[in-house]
Amino acid sequence: MTHLPTHVPIAVSITDIALRYPGASEIALQIESIHIHQGQRVALVGPNGAGKSSLLKALVGLLPLERGSVSVFGKPAGSLPRQVAYVPQRGEVDWRFPITVLDLALMGRDVHLRWPRWPHAADRQIAYQALEAVDMADKGNTHIADLSGGQQQRVFLARALAQQAKLLLLDEPFIGVDAVTESILFHTMDVLCHQGCTIVVATHDLSTIQEHFDTAILLRREVIACGPAWDVVRPDILAKAYGNPLALFEERIPHGIDF
Amino acid sequence: MELIFEPFKYAFFVRALIIGLLLGLSCGALGCFVVLRGMAFIGDALSHSILPGVVAAYIFGFNIFIGAFIAAIVTALLISGISHTEQVKEDAAIGIVFTGAFALGIVLISRIQGYTRDLAHLMFGNILGVSPDDVTMVIIVTLVVLIAIALWFRDFTLISFDMIHARAIGLKINFLHLLLMILLSLTIVTGLQAVGLILIASMLITPAATARLLTDRLPVMIGLAAGIGCGSALIGLYLSYYMDVASGGAVVLTGTLMFVIAFIFAPKRGYLARRVLASRK
Repeated sequence: MTHLPTHVPIAVSITDIALRYPGASEIALQIESIHIHQGQRVALVGPNGAGKSSLLKALVGLLPLERGSVSVFGKPAGSLPRQVAYVPQRGEVDWRFPITVLDLALMGRDVHLRWPRWPHAADRQIAYQALEAVDMADKGNTHIADLSGGQQQRVFLARALAQQAKLLLLDEPFIGVDAVTESILFHTMDVLCHQGCTIVVATHDLSTIQEHFDTAILLRREVIACGPAWDVVRPDILAKAYGNPLALFEERIPHGIDF
Repeated sequence: MELIFEPFKYAFFVRALIIGLLLGLSCGALGCFVVLRGMAFIGDALSHSILPGVVAAYIFGFNIFIGAFIAAIVTALLISGISHTEQVKEDAAIGIVFTGAFALGIVLISRIQGYTRDLAHLMFGNILGVSPDDVTMVIIVTLVVLIAIALWFRDFTLISFDMIHARAIGLKINFLHLLLMILLSLTIVTGLQAVGLILIASMLITPAATARLLTDRLPVMIGLAAGIGCGSALIGLYLSYYMDVASGGAVVLTGTLMFVIAFIFAPKRGYLARRVLASRK
């Protein structure tokens, strides 16, 4: 972001990209230029279909670019899988799958392990510590189906923590979670940020952005606004993306996921 | 005691038992990933679409297992090739390829004179008629399948649970999918003799689905499914011997019965347990 001192190294650099979902005819998102500096907490906001998830997927290298380039730590997106931890939306996986909380957190170590990827004692230790960080260590042996939505989100975050990446991407982590989980998520983000980790979060929750994020990027299939959180999360700016300003202040759970 | 050991007088029964137990192991273990990935339909499709390979082998006089294996691999590649274009959904692609291949098999069969007996064995299995060579092959395939599952356990788990994460950390999804298809094809082809191509899907799916009702741990589920697979083979073969009924059908029905028992009585997920839980609320 332009408001930052230039000596902070760049984590993500996006140049003139266009994204399209496979099989779709329309372009989902076009961006001329975004630079995210290391150690930033960045909120991606915008209405449904604005391209928030698409942008996250492009940063992981999961969505091919129609044109342009995305570089992460100076390399093309997707080429540094160990350095980028991606937490998909909770609804993307089958929570009845027969694994425990610790098993799920341990999956964060797979990217570091050589095939056949059998985890070492040190990996179990790291996974356990990741669970401790999100206050889920006592649930290590619980089946993942027996967790509340908030607890599932925390275990998902623990998997990303166990990966010990330098760029953390979270897709709608606040949907359908309890207040305890929300505060644990924000606290963890703050701790990571202090350690120099860069965090990008796609979120619907506009009310928490000014307090918990450094930068906000407002999307609606292109960049509507980008800058310090307090400059972007303003009614006049937001109205450009959302149209009707009243829509901003709807209930805090836009489309809650229930399990 | 004598009831148990009497059939051992016959070499064919011993061979059948070895094959049944080994198939129970490999089908049970592999079936867990088939069930968890929602690939049950693929298992069924693969088993049907090997018919043309079997018939072609019969006509041209080469090993039917090779014919069946080639047909299975071609089917697997066609299905993923068609669904990869994203113009046709995967389940539709499976339906098209498998019925087409099965129909090709039937057309080929109708050109053969006096085919009925041998091919009936392939359709419905004749585990009591296996040769020592078949036993050797099943031993090799079972070893290959079990070792592959052990080596790719974490990769298979990951692509079954969270495909996005698997792709994000750079797993070779296409390779893993193909590997799973090859293992599946190998298992199905060796299961031909035992239960026949109509019923082999049951040995893959039923023990795994039964085990899923009994545990929430994947390694335990794999062990249980393998055990249940072996158990159905054992009990089914004895039933077949003493009641003089078709061996393949007896093995599969035993597995089905075990599923029904688990479905009703399983500690946490069974029908009764859920009723008790619901009445407490």
